[in-house]
Amino acid sequence: MDETGTIKKFLFVNRKAPYGSVYALEGLEVVLISAAFDQDVGLAFLDDGVYQLAKGQNTKAIETKNFSPTYRALEGYDIEKLYVERESLEARGLTEADLLVDVQVLGAAEMAALMDEMDVMISF
Amino acid sequence: MLHIVNKSPGERATLSSCLAHVRPGHSVLLIEDAVYAATKGHAAAASIEAAMKVAKVYALTPDLEARARAGAVIEGIVQVDYKGFVELVASNPRVQSWL
Repeated sequence: MDETGTIKKFLFVNRKAPYGSVYALEGLEVVLISAAFDQDVGLAFLDDGVYQLAKGQNTKAIETKNFSPTYRALEGYDIEKLYVERESLEARGLTEADLLVDVQVLGAAEMAALMDEMDVMISF
Repeated sequence: MLHIVNKSPGERATLSSCLAHVRPGHSVLLIEDAVYAATKGHAAAASIEAAMKVAKVYALTPDLEARARAGAVIEGIVQVDYKGFVELVASNPRVQSWL
């Protein structure tokens, strides 16, 4: 909340694949922190960011933490608005059934409209 | 020659740059985020399949498993583990990493 107590609409924009860089994990941690501030928080996944939600990640052999179960825990922090861009899924041979959480699939034009409604966008 | 690519084709142009320089008899190893290019339905699949006509294409299994893509690998791409990675490096006279 700002000094007037207004709740702002935040959208965290995730565009990076997990594991190849630290962006996805860092973004997720900031999202969890944001839950403590009673704001209106949503997450958008586009481009390689859709891979963050791929079901069945197994990081045993690369000896890296598998943080994908955390996306399923977001609901417990009242973060329930997950948006995934349809074009990004299609360009990667993925469907909604390949994802580990329930999401709202939006076309790029709808995603653009959603972004236009936000007060703050934070990109990872 | 063994070409190694580690960046996602959805993020960088290193894969297409590499594939433009692959010659008959060469090998291409996809690791880290480049393994996404080895998966069915990906926008890069056509360029990988074209490369497979002249070169051998490999993908690192641990990186596929981490990304939940081991079950979606294009037929004809050979999956290798870390031991296989070492063997590829050892058996090719030259290695080029497309960073």
